[in-house]
Amino acid sequence: MNNSLAGSLSYRAWYMWRRNVDVSLVTWKTNVLPPLLEPVLYILAFGFGLGAYVQQISYAGRAWDYLAFMAPGMVAVGVMFHSVFDTMYGAFVRLRYQKTFDALITTPLSPEDILAGEILSGATKGLFAGAAILLVVTLFGLAQYPSSLLILPLSALAGLLFASFGLYFAALAPYIDNLNLPVFLFINPMFLFSGTFFPLDGLPAWVRLLAELLPLTHLVNITRAATLGLLSPSLGWDLLYLVLLTPAVAWLAIAKMKARLIK
Amino acid sequence: MTDPVVKATALRKCYGDLCAVDGVDFEIGRGECFGLLGPNGAGKTTTVKMLTCALPVTGGDLTVEGLSVKEDPRAIKYLLGVCPQEVNLDPDFSVVKNLVVYSRYYDIPRAEAEKRAAELIARFHLHDKLERPVEDLSGGMKKRLLLARALINRPRLLVLDEPTTGLDPQSRRQIWQEVRDMKKNGLTTLLTTHYIEEAELLCDRLVIMDNGRIIEQGTPRQLIEKHLPGGGNLEDVFLKLTGKHLRDE
Repeated sequence: MNNSLAGSLSYRAWYMWRRNVDVSLVTWKTNVLPPLLEPVLYILAFGFGLGAYVQQISYAGRAWDYLAFMAPGMVAVGVMFHSVFDTMYGAFVRLRYQKTFDALITTPLSPEDILAGEILSGATKGLFAGAAILLVVTLFGLAQYPSSLLILPLSALAGLLFASFGLYFAALAPYIDNLNLPVFLFINPMFLFSGTFFPLDGLPAWVRLLAELLPLTHLVNITRAATLGLLSPSLGWDLLYLVLLTPAVAWLAIAKMKARLIK
Repeated sequence: MTDPVVKATALRKCYGDLCAVDGVDFEIGRGECFGLLGPNGAGKTTTVKMLTCALPVTGGDLTVEGLSVKEDPRAIKYLLGVCPQEVNLDPDFSVVKNLVVYSRYYDIPRAEAEKRAAELIARFHLHDKLERPVEDLSGGMKKRLLLARALINRPRLLVLDEPTTGLDPQSRRQIWQEVRDMKKNGLTTLLTTHYIEEAELLCDRLVIMDNGRIIEQGTPRQLIEKHLPGGGNLEDVFLKLTGKHLRDE
C-alpha cells in the first residue's frame, strides 16, 4: 500500500468536499444560519452594549470607536468557529455515528482523499462565515475597501488551519464528550485572548507571550488591519506564522486520523 | 482454479501477537457465490476489510482480478461493490441523492449516474420514498438501498457483508432473490452471514472460519454429507465444527 501522503492524495478529495457541501446545502437552515447570526449577536451585545461605556479604544496609535475595533475580531472568530467545529464535531459524527468514512474508504477514494476533503470543506465553511460576517461589518459601515478584500483569501487560509485543528482533535477524541477539552483549553481561550475584544498591549507580558502563540491572534491582527485600512509590512510575520503552521497541522491531522481509520 | 476473481494466499492480519486472520487461503471463481462463515471473532470481517482495502494486510497476499491489495488498492476499489454490515448511507440525503453522490466517487458522469440510479430504484422497489431523507426509511429499505448503492459502479465483485441481519423474513427473501438474479447474470459474490440457512441457499461454495483460520470448506452439500452422513442441515454442521459455546468479540 502506498503510504506516502502525496502518492495517495488525488483529485478525488474534491468528491469528499462536494459531498459535505451538498449536505450543507440540504441542511443549511438548521446548520448554517444560526451559527452565522452568532457573531452578529456579539457585535450587537459588545459593540453597542459595551461600546456605550467604552467609547474610545486606543489601537495602533489611534483612538477608535469600540465597535470599529471589535467588529473585525468577530470576522476572525467566525472563520475559526465555523471551520474548527465543522471538522471537530462534524468529522467525529461522520466517523463514529454516520460511518461515512467507512462507506467512503471502500470506494476509490483513499484515506488521504477523504481527510483532505474534510479539511477543504471545513475551510469552505470558514471562508463562507468570514465573507458573510464581513458583509455585515460592511453594512455597519465599519470596513475599509479595497484592503478588506484581503480578508477573503485570508479566511480561506485560516479556514484550512482551523479545520485541520478540528480534524486533529476529532482524531484524538475517543468519545464525543472528550471534544469539550479542546474547546475549553484551546478554542475558548483563543476566542477571548487573541485581541478579539481588547488590545493585547494592556496585558501582563507573560499573557501577551502566550497570546502571541495562539493562531487566532495572528488572524485577528491581519483581519483588523485589513478592515481598518492599516495594512503594514510587519503583518508579514503574522501571515508567515499562519502559512507555516497550516500545512504542519493539516499533515498531523491527516496522519492521526488515518491511523485511527486504518489499524 | 483457473482465472479466479479473488485469491488469498497465506493471508494474515495481526495486531502484535494476536492474529485476527492467521494464514488463510481461498479462491473465488468467476460467477461464483462464495460464502464466508464463522462465529463472532472468527476473522470474517477482518478478511472482508482487507479485501475492500480498508485494512492493510500483515502477511501473505490477497488479489482481485490479479491486482494485489498491497499494490493497487485504488484500482481494486473501482472493481468492487460493497454492501456493508452497518448502514452507512448519508442520512441527510434522499434515496436518489445517496446514489448519485456515491457514483461520483467512481467518476461516473452525472447523466449516467442518474440513469443508473433510476434503474436501481426501480429494480429494488425504492420509489415510495424517493425524495425523503433516508433516515425515514425502514430497515429493509435501507438495506436494499445499500445493495443498490453497491451496484452503481457495475462491480466485477460484489461483497455482501451480512446483508440480511435484522431484516424481517419478507425483506430477507427479497434480498435473496436479488442475489440469485445477480448470480444468474454472472456476478461474482462474496457473502458473509450468520444465517447458515442463507449460506446454504445462496452459496455455491463456502469456507467456515474459526479463530482466524479456515477449518472447513466445500459446497453446502459436500459439508453436510461429510459431517452429518445421517442427515441434517448446514447449521448443524456449523455447530458441530465450531462448538456451542458463546463467542464474545
